Amino acid sequence: MMASNYNAKEEDGHQPAAIGHGGAGTVKNKKPDNTAFKQQRLPAWQPILTAGTVLPAFFVIGLIFIPIGIGLFVTSNNIQELEIDYTGVDMSSPCYNCSQSYSWNSTKPCLCSVPFFLDQPFESNVFMYYGLSNFYQNHRRYVKSRDDSQLNGDKASLTSPSKECEPYRTSDNKPIAPCGAIANSLFNDTLELYYIDPNGSRTAIPLVKKGIAWWTDKHVKFRNPGGNDNNLTVVFQGTSKPVNWRKSVYELDPSDPDNNGFINEDFIVWMRTAALPTFRKLYRIIHKKTNMTPTLPLGQYILEVTYNYPVRSFEGRKRMILSTISWMGGKNPFLGIAYITVGSVCFFLGIVLLIIHHKYGNRNHSADIPS
Amino acid sequence: MDFSVLRNLISRYCAGEEYWVDSRTVYIGHKEPPPAAEAYIPQRYPDNRIVSSKYTLWNFIPKNLFEQFRRIANFYFLLIFLVQLIIDTPTSPVTSGLPLFFVITVTAIKQGYEDWLRHKADCSINECPVDMVQQGTVVRTQSSKLRVGDVVMVREDETFPCDLLLLSSSHDDGTCYVTTTSLDGESSHKTYYAVPDTMDFKTEQKVDSLHATIECEQPQPDLYKFVGRINIYKEREDPIARSLGAENLLLRGATLKNTEHIYAVAIYTGMDTKMALNYQSKSQKRSAVEKSMNAFLIVYLCILISKAVINTVLKYAWQWSVDRDEPWYNHRTEIDRERHVVIRAFTDFLAFMVLFNYIIPVSMYVTVEMQKFLGSYFIAWDKDMYDEELGVGAQVNTSDLNEELGQEHEDLFFRALCLCHTVQVKEEETVDSIKRGIHLGKPTSFYISSSPDEVALVEGMKRLGYTYLRLKDSHMEILNKDDEIERFELLHVLNFDSVRRRMSVIVKSSSGEYLLFCKGADTSIFPRVVSGKVEQVRARVEQNAVEGLRTLCVAYRSLSPVEYEETCHQLDDAKLALQDREQRLAQAYDLIERDFTLLGATAVEDRLQEKAADTIESLQKAGMKVWVLTGDKMETAAATCYASKLFRRSTQILELTKKRTEEQSLHDVLFDLSRTVLRQRTLSGLSVECQDYGLIIDGATLSAVLKPSPESSGSGNYREIFLEISRNCSAVLCCRMAPLQKAQIVKLIKASKEHPITLAIGDGANDVSMILEAHVGIGIMGKEGRQAARNSDYAIPKFKHLKKMLLVHGHLYYVRIAELVQYFFYKNVCFIFPQFLYQFFCGFSQQPLYDTAYLTLYNISFTSLPILLYSLIEKHISIETLKRDPTLYRDVAKNSLLRWPVFLYWTCLGLFNACIFFFGAYFLFDNTTFTSNGQMFGNWTFGTLVFTVLVFTVTLKLALDTHHWTWINHFVIWGSLLFYVIFSLLWGGIIWPFLNYQRMYYVFMQMLSSGPAWLGIILLITISLLPDVVKKVLCRTLWPTATERAQSNRPCLTVELSTIFVLTQSDNRLSF
Repeated sequence: MMASNYNAKEEDGHQPAAIGHGGAGTVKNKKPDNTAFKQQRLPAWQPILTAGTVLPAFFVIGLIFIPIGIGLFVTSNNIQELEIDYTGVDMSSPCYNCSQSYSWNSTKPCLCSVPFFLDQPFESNVFMYYGLSNFYQNHRRYVKSRDDSQLNGDKASLTSPSKECEPYRTSDNKPIAPCGAIANSLFNDTLELYYIDPNGSRTAIPLVKKGIAWWTDKHVKFRNPGGNDNNLTVVFQGTSKPVNWRKSVYELDPSDPDNNGFINEDFIVWMRTAALPTFRKLYRIIHKKTNMTPTLPLGQYILEVTYNYPVRSFEGRKRMILSTISWMGGKNPFLGIAYITVGSVCFFLGIVLLIIHHKYGNRNHSADIPS
Repeated sequence: MDFSVLRNLISRYCAGEEYWVDSRTVYIGHKEPPPAAEAYIPQRYPDNRIVSSKYTLWNFIPKNLFEQFRRIANFYFLLIFLVQLIIDTPTSPVTSGLPLFFVITVTAIKQGYEDWLRHKADCSINECPVDMVQQGTVVRTQSSKLRVGDVVMVREDETFPCDLLLLSSSHDDGTCYVTTTSLDGESSHKTYYAVPDTMDFKTEQKVDSLHATIECEQPQPDLYKFVGRINIYKEREDPIARSLGAENLLLRGATLKNTEHIYAVAIYTGMDTKMALNYQSKSQKRSAVEKSMNAFLIVYLCILISKAVINTVLKYAWQWSVDRDEPWYNHRTEIDRERHVVIRAFTDFLAFMVLFNYIIPVSMYVTVEMQKFLGSYFIAWDKDMYDEELGVGAQVNTSDLNEELGQEHEDLFFRALCLCHTVQVKEEETVDSIKRGIHLGKPTSFYISSSPDEVALVEGMKRLGYTYLRLKDSHMEILNKDDEIERFELLHVLNFDSVRRRMSVIVKSSSGEYLLFCKGADTSIFPRVVSGKVEQVRARVEQNAVEGLRTLCVAYRSLSPVEYEETCHQLDDAKLALQDREQRLAQAYDLIERDFTLLGATAVEDRLQEKAADTIESLQKAGMKVWVLTGDKMETAAATCYASKLFRRSTQILELTKKRTEEQSLHDVLFDLSRTVLRQRTLSGLSVECQDYGLIIDGATLSAVLKPSPESSGSGNYREIFLEISRNCSAVLCCRMAPLQKAQIVKLIKASKEHPITLAIGDGANDVSMILEAHVGIGIMGKEGRQAARNSDYAIPKFKHLKKMLLVHGHLYYVRIAELVQYFFYKNVCFIFPQFLYQFFCGFSQQPLYDTAYLTLYNISFTSLPILLYSLIEKHISIETLKRDPTLYRDVAKNSLLRWPVFLYWTCLGLFNACIFFFGAYFLFDNTTFTSNGQMFGNWTFGTLVFTVLVFTVTLKLALDTHHWTWINHFVIWGSLLFYVIFSLLWGGIIWPFLNYQRMYYVFMQMLSSGPAWLGIILLITISLLPDVVKKVLCRTLWPTATERAQSNRPCLTVELSTIFVLTQSDNRLSF
């Protein structure tokens, strides 16, 4: 009756075997090793987070963060930035007409000029961005709608693009190059900048369109099929242009073979999908002139827009941004403010802890002694 | 007779299955019974091949997979994986398929390896040689070729190849000695008997000529039960029927000792043997940690589902207008567009589920299993415990300690007090000799017996001048005072059982007198005594009991030849019965054992095991409630309790015993006691020192308390009151317990309203049911066999080891696993919640925030090792401190680290961190120009930034929680971070030809080349860790727990709160 529940554990599953050999007897002699690891006595550093040890850390963090924050904040504030919305939503906006009369099929480009005034000269290199709002470049269907191996110059993918490109994979039974929704919706407004001399004459500001994409993208990730030296027209024979494009991929920049086809930098920049629905993308760079004059002196300017890109249907906005750049990139006061805040909080907590430590820490200690 | 056998056989075949189930007939040597030659039909039994392996080469993969996917977690991930395969989901099937594959493979390899070992072992067992008797000669054959009915010869020190029925042995008296160490751990030699009618068949030729059949029950796993009948056919005579019992059955796995050889017939072979049957069942206990874990999992599952539902609903609300759903730049495919909106919504729901499924920690199960498996080695390795058994600590708030805490160990000395007066020496010895399994025959030698009482008896007799010599040919030889040898013929043994609590023998003295001797517990003897110095003995017995000695009474009765005949008849009748034999035997015993003359009593000191008192004191200080369950007399047990400091002088003892309930009704006593206790409680609200109560209850009263009374409300009431009383007592002693009652008590406590965690510890076979019943069963590898140890969750060599087991290992393991569980949930909240937030900014399109590789590897490699290592070697406080101060155990009691507030804290911390990660990155990306060349970052950089902060924060959070930094911790924590960085550099470093996307190309490096990204990462990590640090410091300073104080008092020591718990090592399959 005593052993009515004579159970064996699962891990003992192999024991019927062991039993045959008198397994129990052999186990008996296994005296445990007296090693530091097995006896859980490895030498160890044993820090405890007490008010005493954390206090200095808080003050140090405070002391480091606050100056960094101030530095960042000042840097960010010194960056000059100018943003112009040229969507043309208002009646008064110069681009109103273009935005209203938009149609994909119109052959005649719609032009509009947006005048603006620069009340401060931009001294260093100026970076020209276009910004879009309410444009979901991070939509899943959109993000995956591309074929990286096609863009990398793979010929097989050129003729039969990845399925991910659907429904922008083929048109008229010909494979689309570059395929996919991202490529299809390439930003195709043209922005030009003119400086209006006080005497009324217009001077075109030279806009550099190279150096706006990541070097690795341009030289490694994106490649034209059959190398960059070939005649792109021939290479892209048998493919179709994306449906929304007005010209083929090999006509993106016919003047410069190094900026044509898949390695067109505007195209590459567009292909790097933005993280958030409101984003900006680098469009052109205005290099600082060698002489002492500012890159963009103060005065009247005109932004000439070839208005091709429709955003009104999804209530989007289009902007043009001019910005100088510091070591920390563009203007973003967040980091500086955050650093200052966190530094101050740490400092404050340090003080609070100091008080608590003095008041209660001692009390606890004295309380412990009798016990 | 011819007819009856024939009829038997016919009815057997016609009656169909029922008869088959009941018994089997074995033809010894496959010889048909002579009178019914035609009726002999060879029966089919399994061969003697032992198959302990689960799989074969062919069925391994399907069977193993099936077994693994029966686990709910594995099945869940399989489901997710299938969903990913079938529908268009945001993450590739690889992200869940790879971890699943990994886990399944690892488990399969482990199980496969174990099974291969089993195959090997099976093979060697099945091929081991066996001597079989065939046509009068001994033939050597393989063990696996044995069949039921084969006659086998076994030599000394050989192991029995299957369950055998002893026919004859080289000893003249037909006995043989056997050790069952490997079977049940009892090292003593046991005696087995051959049926007298077969014991003369001592050579191969003779055995071969034996004509007999054996009818016996179908195989059953109880090692100590066997019922059967042997029919021996002699020439032209009616067959002789003899009953067979467990004492005739040699079990597979046992070894023959001190006997040259035996002949026996195979009864049960292969998988029918009792040993094989015993390995089929297994215990399944779940620890409190596991229960909490499952509860948390359910919460997370709810969160997961609600997240998916919320997102699906919002998605459809948001994309109500076509321009949002399908702006010109982002059309759906035709197929997609044609799909019904309900199907689309369901698909979206599934896609969200897939996207967020990582919130259920993929690898948690694996890690927990590994932690349990590996962690248990530390207990095995602990030299202080000197114990090879696997095991872990225990969560205990009521610990059920059983009587054996006061029980002796092998090397302890029994002080035998022999108190018999008017001793009829010989008789007493007779009693002994029977029960004595093995003794060394020389007069100078000492006696070994499985029962200390018998030793006491024999030793005492020796001192009085009567020396027990040996049992020979059913005759006991005793050397009396005059150096003459007296011989008593042993006629019958009325075995001990725990219901009667006594055993008897019937002997015939040389003068032809029939005597019945009985020994047993005083309560079972006294009522049957009619003469003798009853009062005197009773007084002595009680006095001895008070002194903490274990007492037994001995009585005798002389039988006239007529009475003897009658007795024999009753016994034989009962013994031969195939049905209800136990019951009928008990009835017969009851009739026979009466009208005793009291002879005397023995008393044995139960020496406490070393440090038992210290251990019990520690356990009480640690806040555990100790119950002692014992079969001893109340006085003995109480003395033990005082000796072990369970009761102190100041303890007020409340008695709930039969004596009292005889005077008053149970009802009154119960209410009386509860009033006492409750009054104390109301008073103690005011006074500082409260009265210490100890409750004593005996078995009879307990069953009265537990007995469901006819009026249904009554029993529940008694139970409640009883529990209420015991709840207010610091210690409870239950004496006079039957083994099953011990289990009942455990069950009762388990079911009480606080649902305490129970731990049962014991060393005897009678503790097994209790050990199995309790949450944690601990077996002491005691002298009384290893059954307790085998059935326990953990086995320890001595009682004192319980202290280290619970206070040190239990505490440490609990802290470790609690952190492991909480941390796992925390890190996955941190991981997935940003992804949830991101949905609000990507049009609820299920766009994953992180790259596939990060999604896949986050739980498998970036954050897996530090927590595993933590859960193995964290020591928040030194072992010495834990041992010195048992009160620290209270900090971890009642599952305190895994309660809902703690869980909520961790989850909120996770949510807070996730928000910091996401919105930090969001504001940082307000202007996506991070570099001095004006170039932009895309969504993958955004995700990578969040992920980098995530990995660092989560790892550093663990670093903050680590209080025991060995080189391994340093290596693993910093190594993991380094691995992440290196992996990311590599992953983005080349164009991977096998991938159909290159979205991560140079993303990580570009991010590192930007100053603000660095500053942002540092900032976000700091903010994320700040609240936790502040909380820790504040709690420690303002409301320190005992553990924290202990840490601070020794400045070189470590941190954190804690609890106790138990890992039952019952199931070590891997899963996640």
